[in-house]
Amino acid sequence: MVIDQQKMQSLSARMVEAEVKGRSPWADARRRFFRNRAAMLGLTILVLVTLFALFGGAFAQWSNEELDFSVMGRVAELGAPSLANGHYFGTDNLGRDLYARTVQGTQISLMVGVVGAAIAVIVGTLYGATAGYIGGRTDQIMMRAVDILMSIPYMFVLILLLVMFGRSMSMLFLGIGLISWLDMSRIVRGQTLSLKNREFVEAARATGVSSFRIIIRHIVPNLLGVVAVYATLLVPLMILTESFISFLGLGVQEPLTSWGALISEGAGTMNYGTLWQLAFPLFFFVITLFGFFFVGDGLRDALDPKER
Amino acid sequence: MSDLLTVRDLRVTFSLRREGAMPWASPTLLRAVNGVDFTLRAGETLGIVGESGCGKSTLARALIGLVPATGQAEWIDGRDLLNLTPRQMMAYRQDIQMVFQDPLASLNPRMTVGQIIAEPLVTHRPDLPRAEIRERVRAMMEKVGLLPNQINRYPHEFSGGQCQRIGIARALIVEPRLVICDEPVSALDVSIQAQVINLLIRLQKELGLSLIFIAHDLSVVKHVSDRVMVLYLGKVMELASASDLYGSPQHPYTQALLSAVPVPDPTVEAARTIVPLKGDLPSPMNPPSGCVFRTRCPRAEARCAAEVPALAGGDHAVACHFPGPLTEAEIARAREVA
Repeated sequence: MVIDQQKMQSLSARMVEAEVKGRSPWADARRRFFRNRAAMLGLTILVLVTLFALFGGAFAQWSNEELDFSVMGRVAELGAPSLANGHYFGTDNLGRDLYARTVQGTQISLMVGVVGAAIAVIVGTLYGATAGYIGGRTDQIMMRAVDILMSIPYMFVLILLLVMFGRSMSMLFLGIGLISWLDMSRIVRGQTLSLKNREFVEAARATGVSSFRIIIRHIVPNLLGVVAVYATLLVPLMILTESFISFLGLGVQEPLTSWGALISEGAGTMNYGTLWQLAFPLFFFVITLFGFFFVGDGLRDALDPKER
Repeated sequence: MSDLLTVRDLRVTFSLRREGAMPWASPTLLRAVNGVDFTLRAGETLGIVGESGCGKSTLARALIGLVPATGQAEWIDGRDLLNLTPRQMMAYRQDIQMVFQDPLASLNPRMTVGQIIAEPLVTHRPDLPRAEIRERVRAMMEKVGLLPNQINRYPHEFSGGQCQRIGIARALIVEPRLVICDEPVSALDVSIQAQVINLLIRLQKELGLSLIFIAHDLSVVKHVSDRVMVLYLGKVMELASASDLYGSPQHPYTQALLSAVPVPDPTVEAARTIVPLKGDLPSPMNPPSGCVFRTRCPRAEARCAAEVPALAGGDHAVACHFPGPLTEAEIARAREVA
């Protein structure tokens, strides 16, 4: 029999190799994600928007609080975007530099989105995994509590909250944080229910691993795929909620601003020939949402190749 | 030989609530394991056979504490495993380990093989340093026929047979005295089955293990077991040494079961007599009175419906009022009905 020398050698080299590196399911998912063009485009957009939020302020000629008295009162004629006077995105109605305002709005909106989603991920995952894993009466009580919270019209509560306790960032985070984890906990609970009867969890239970360790080591890592996908779709939802609240005039307070507040201002002056006041914040808002949705889609395809 | 485990009157009852039933309605009881007695000697292999739904797996899961059970399971040191607090049970979990049916599903896909095999060791011996654990895992991998340099790989990178070897390594890493194998080979193809079974037999001899080997493949059980227990609807029908049970089965159910084993020889296969059983397994929610097998037994009489037969007969125990080989007439009658 002829033995392929080269193949045999590579085989024997492999046998004596100290430790073969394994390819984790995460590494597989990463490869699939990086091959997804739309997702990579979305990721690029998000990176650029984040860089804009972090370092955009360095290029601003004007601060976000200064009023440019030379354009004040004649914004429609003089306040248009121009490189010459340093207002790259033009000015707003009061003569403030819209570029600096957009950078600030981007920071606030991204923060609201990410913090809201982070609360949802942490609270929702632990709550849902605990309810699902323990099961029985505990599960019933925990999930009925979620049902009750869900049945409250949250936008109404959020508006009341902001009206009663005054408009502040912390109140906004609290309001959004209160509602954002409910859906997440339901999704996680459902996944946990299907995971907890899998044999590897039984094997861990049979050998005496504690419930806390089982949740942390066996349940949560297997949930993370679903959680990651849902979290990326939750960020734009949070941004939308905040924008809606700000659009109503209840969100962040001057001198702070957000995309919603900027869009609201821009929409108010749409008819006076200052369309750039609407166009710039709206552009960032729209591409960011697109970015998140593309990334979310890409993550779902990457983490769950069977479900395509 | 001393008795490692003595099980007396083990019962597992599930209460089922009908979908949409009123909360105060009394739930239906499903007696999955209904009074099982047996002893397991140190170092022996006890095979458990029976058709689907007869309580084999539930029995195993009850012994390891995955489902609540009543009765007694006396360990070699005299403690009753079924009535221990979870904290007390921890000490015994190290002695009793389990190998599962589906090799891939019993391994966490997000953990490396090294982490999976080490888990029982980390749980029971938290004092061991990491390097020592890793060394033991590598040694165990070698022992079950895996290359130790694959320690960082993930379960999906292995074949079914290799995954089962990982499962076996995980069970053996804490040096248990009893390993419960719940259909360890039924998800594997035949050539791999042989490898895994031979591995189990070899390791059992090397380490002096006791095995409880659950399967529905009768020829596999015959090959590995010292003694065999036949279950039907949560009850023991017959318990004897493998050679006795396969050589001269006494219970009509055992005889029917054995007659259904195919023989890989066309002439023998054509000549053998099959005893067909009529009907299906009765519902365990509403088992027949008296002997649970009577509804399908070719030899059933009035007494079988009235009295529950006790498991009697020492080394070759049978739970039947009328044990003994089936006669030609009875086989013919069984054929007619079925």
